[in-house]
Amino acid sequence: MPLLEIRGLQVDFGSTRVVDGVSLTVEEGETVCLVGESGCGKSVTALSIARLLGTPPARYAGGEILLQGRDVLRMSSVELRNMRGGVVSYVFQEPGASLNPVMRIGAQIREMLTVHRPTWANENEIIRLLKLVGIPAPESRIRDYPHQLSGGMQQRAMIAMALASEPRLLVADEPTTALDVTIQAQIIELLRELQQQLGMAILLITHNLGIVGDIADRVAVMYAGQIVEEAPADTLLDQPLHPYTQALIRSVPHIGRERQRLESIPGAVPAPGSWPTGCRFEPRCPIAHTECASNSPNLAAAKPDRRVRCPFWE
Amino acid sequence: MPLLEIQNLQVHFPVNQGVFAQKRGSVRAVEDVSFTLEPGEALGLVGESGCGKTTLGRAILRLIEPTAGRIVFNGEDITQLPANSLRARRREFQMIFQDPYSSLDPRMTLGDAIGEALDIHRLVPSVPARTVRISQLLQSVGLEPAHARRYPHEFSGGQRQRVGIARALAVEPKLIVCDEPVSALDVSIQAQVINLLQDLQRERGLAYLFISHDLAVVEHLCRRVLVMYLGRVVEAGETREICRAPHHPYTQALLSAVPGVDCDLKRRRIVLKGDVPSPIHPPDGCPFHPRCPIAEARCRTERPERVETSPGRWTACHLVGRQ
Repeated sequence: MPLLEIRGLQVDFGSTRVVDGVSLTVEEGETVCLVGESGCGKSVTALSIARLLGTPPARYAGGEILLQGRDVLRMSSVELRNMRGGVVSYVFQEPGASLNPVMRIGAQIREMLTVHRPTWANENEIIRLLKLVGIPAPESRIRDYPHQLSGGMQQRAMIAMALASEPRLLVADEPTTALDVTIQAQIIELLRELQQQLGMAILLITHNLGIVGDIADRVAVMYAGQIVEEAPADTLLDQPLHPYTQALIRSVPHIGRERQRLESIPGAVPAPGSWPTGCRFEPRCPIAHTECASNSPNLAAAKPDRRVRCPFWE
Repeated sequence: MPLLEIQNLQVHFPVNQGVFAQKRGSVRAVEDVSFTLEPGEALGLVGESGCGKTTLGRAILRLIEPTAGRIVFNGEDITQLPANSLRARRREFQMIFQDPYSSLDPRMTLGDAIGEALDIHRLVPSVPARTVRISQLLQSVGLEPAHARRYPHEFSGGQRQRVGIARALAVEPKLIVCDEPVSALDVSIQAQVINLLQDLQRERGLAYLFISHDLAVVEHLCRRVLVMYLGRVVEAGETREICRAPHHPYTQALLSAVPGVDCDLKRRRIVLKGDVPSPIHPPDGCPFHPRCPIAEARCRTERPERVETSPGRWTACHLVGRQ
């Protein structure tokens, strides 16, 4: 049984569909990256895993989210409370906005421990967690308020909080986007080390394909509310099959490559609610056939281990 | 003659605290920066947040007043130029800002946003001429003339950034300071704007000072680059050379931190310890020594001078050439 199995998830905001039939599995101890541009539905998918979206405005219109075999969408509030933080923890994009500004770092971590591992809610355990995420001099940092830490250190504190409950799955939603490149490298390195030490699974949400090669085992690429391609990380980067993934990889400048013209994708990402009727990438696709405008393709198996939502991938 | 010559530029901001807001120190945002920019050249300026790259870009246009140093534009020293003559000179140098959502007035149509620059500098004789010019400008950045009557909220981030570019082009400048013009855009849109900037440079012989934290984008657009750390330029030279063989330990770390899509190209990763120190209390000696993996005793006390290793390529590091 996989740790997490999302089957055909559909999420609406009002009458607008934002996530349209997303299926994704995460095995124990695996790192999966969910990649896409703004508005593709990747964050909504991530937040749905622990049912963190406010309903309304959001509405779970269909599908199921099986976490250790149990459907999150049908859990009672008591079950939900134990699952949140217990099985799944989150790290968000802006650590400054996610931490409570009027609570000391130590107290925020203690709160997590009190709820999920009450016997460990002591100062030694808090210090151990801060050490684990590489915060120097944790004995004094425990009394700091979030504003006294830098962005990188705040993100480390967030990770310490997320790890306090010993989750099986860590969902990191753009954890490095607000940080500088050298600090981003530190956090990615930290996540990789922690995973080796603790053996938890990571679902990393990002718009940056570069991070994928550094950390992921498997990647799913999202476009306009759907997964368009799924593959092991190294094969996806070397040999993308879907025209969108191919264009995305070619539109980013690479260091050390000849200064040829970047291949840009014409037009813009369609907003939810104005998705094309056939294939959603068709208006921007360089290899679109006439039937693409009316037929919406399925996410079909292509080669072992790979799925792609395009009948013309060969 | 270079288009722009910066000599020992320094920008300090006072730190005022206490009941009477006494001056308690200063943020040393830019310290002793010198470089030249030739006409039609794209020069990159890379560094992390807080390194002073935006302050430097703004100080060059005198949007922030420098505390010391000289700015020579087209052979004329503009450092002390009074406001009214400066306004006339501003026709020659323009700026494109990072966030296309906050750099356009939400209550002005695109036509008025672009037309304002034309009006200030009295560049169009009549209303019909103004309309024609605005249409031309919109077309040159890939928008439609009909868009002139619409408001910014009707456009996506990439389209708004095109408006920002059209506005800068309206006065036919010689130099455009681009402050992270693609950082706020989605990946697929970034490439469109980068290509547009490149085309405009070729067609019009524009010079760019391209400020970015993304070395890959800078390598793509700029022949030369300056690497900044804590208010100082630590390495300068041809972008391709620097990306191939960086000399300064900071540049090495910065380059290895760029997440690479090419798996096989991945180098040995240097993960720096700690954070950038505060520019209010910069460290003695080399500004990079507290995080430097190869720092020696004298790095803590002596400030390194520029060492020119080949023509046009220099590094401010005691240990360069010995690694």
